[in-house]
Amino acid sequence: MTTASVPPAAYLIASLLFILGLKRLSNPRTARSGNQMAAVGMVLAIIGTFCLPNMGHFGWIIVAIAIGTVPGWALARGVKMTAMPQMVSLFNGMGGACALFISLGEFWKRPDAAKPPGIDLEALPMLLGIILGAISFSGSLIAFGKLQGLVSEKSLRWPGQKVINALLLLGILICAFQAPSSDQSSNWIIGLAAISLVLGVLQVLPIGGADMPVVISVLNSCTGVAAALTGFAMQNMSMIIAGTLVGAAGALLTLLMCQAMNRSLAKVIFGSFGGGGAKAAAAAQTGDRTMREITAAESAILLAYARKVIVVPGYGLAVAQAQHLVHELESQLEKRGAEVKYAIHPVAGRMPGHMNVLLAEADVPYPKLLDMEEINPEFDQADVVLIIGANDVVNPAARTDAGSPIYGMPILNADHAKNIIVIKRGRGAGFAGIENALFYDAKTRMLFGDAKSMVQELVTEVKAV
Amino acid sequence: MSALAMTYIFILAIFAGVEVISRVPTVLHTPLMSGANAIHGIVLVGGIALLGTSGDNKLLFTLGFVAVILGTLNVVGGFVVTDRMLEMFRAKPSTKDKEQK
Repeated sequence: MTTASVPPAAYLIASLLFILGLKRLSNPRTARSGNQMAAVGMVLAIIGTFCLPNMGHFGWIIVAIAIGTVPGWALARGVKMTAMPQMVSLFNGMGGACALFISLGEFWKRPDAAKPPGIDLEALPMLLGIILGAISFSGSLIAFGKLQGLVSEKSLRWPGQKVINALLLLGILICAFQAPSSDQSSNWIIGLAAISLVLGVLQVLPIGGADMPVVISVLNSCTGVAAALTGFAMQNMSMIIAGTLVGAAGALLTLLMCQAMNRSLAKVIFGSFGGGGAKAAAAAQTGDRTMREITAAESAILLAYARKVIVVPGYGLAVAQAQHLVHELESQLEKRGAEVKYAIHPVAGRMPGHMNVLLAEADVPYPKLLDMEEINPEFDQADVVLIIGANDVVNPAARTDAGSPIYGMPILNADHAKNIIVIKRGRGAGFAGIENALFYDAKTRMLFGDAKSMVQELVTEVKAV
Repeated sequence: MSALAMTYIFILAIFAGVEVISRVPTVLHTPLMSGANAIHGIVLVGGIALLGTSGDNKLLFTLGFVAVILGTLNVVGGFVVTDRMLEMFRAKPSTKDKEQK
């Protein structure tokens, strides 16, 4: 076998491993091996690339890989499970930036002769790669900032938002048309990258934290497509296949998430939750009612004598790192003969499946985590529902109030239970800024406090009962 | 490779991507997104090729060098984070019934 045949062979096997890996990733039992298969594929593709013709600078390549590996490994190993969503977003942004730099390089590499006037099909993948790479880079960083609390999680709005975005888009089009054929090609291409970066920032800033899972998924898909486009520009088969796979899978995943929230993608991207009008109306509606508080001791008694308890975990649980304590509470209750189950809303937390990952970390047995469709009929028989840091996913307004921004979103029927205990940090509206009528329900008792310390108290009190 | 051939592969890969994950359970959405995130780290390959063929061109060398660092971050971070998530799924015994549903 000559060196020339190594890259295509490596790319072929790598592509197969990516497809098989992705396939295995969609089944819980094979998922881990799927991820490892894809990683092996990646190593093969990298080795293959070293054998491409006219390659040099091998020392520098190794140095750059080493520089990237150390922080990548440290960050990924050190990050807490709760910070996983923003970590994925950060790594995604790195991929976007990588595609951006490569596309810029490929663009500058074109010989001057290859600059026909008008639309240049050769340059098209590079231009699109620059645009998408830049958008996913800056967008992912903003998403990271929002989840990390560096940037306001609220939906930021400013006057003329749509007009500004439209102008930016126009700017992108102009730059993209001018860049391939103009004498000032470099200036236009830098302009193109700069405007795309700004657009990425402005596009993600207005999106509220509740929609971040969808945004990360969109950006993930976006980076996939950027990688594929870069593959077009470099005529690299493995990049086209892997990038497109991720682009398509990411797009489908995004749609699945939107379905679970019963919102259209357009609504997520262009119109966010918590518009002023809806918020004011909801506040007026619930303004004169009171929340009934409960102490941890009283809650513990309710729980200790319940036969069936359903726990509804939400983002509050993740922030407070209360998953281990919740598992302990669950074992305490089971010791007393109660049946404990977890109701997992498809969009609980900041990423779909976020709660499953957290509870799995705390060793909660897998069969106890039930999807919305499975658990909803069971709420009617539940003696106590314990809602920990969840809000919108149990808001009955989604069923009844056509004016509510979450109207139509399928929710957990927590209000069907005999007793409802809500652990919540404060009295404020949820993170999407929508009042929750469930909290004013006659059957509901509020346990105000940090999820971790409250659950800790519950554990102690239940033991004492 | 002709643009047409690349376009064919592009289209077929779209179908493969959709087909491969179309029946993923909700519990795996996060790890799957994370795994896909690692796979698009394939841009690293492009970075290596750009850096490796940059020759004496300082600009291309710099772009390639930065691209390789960024791409490596994406690849290493992506796979390691995904593995950590999935490690927790695997640790559970007696979970077969639910998964097979």
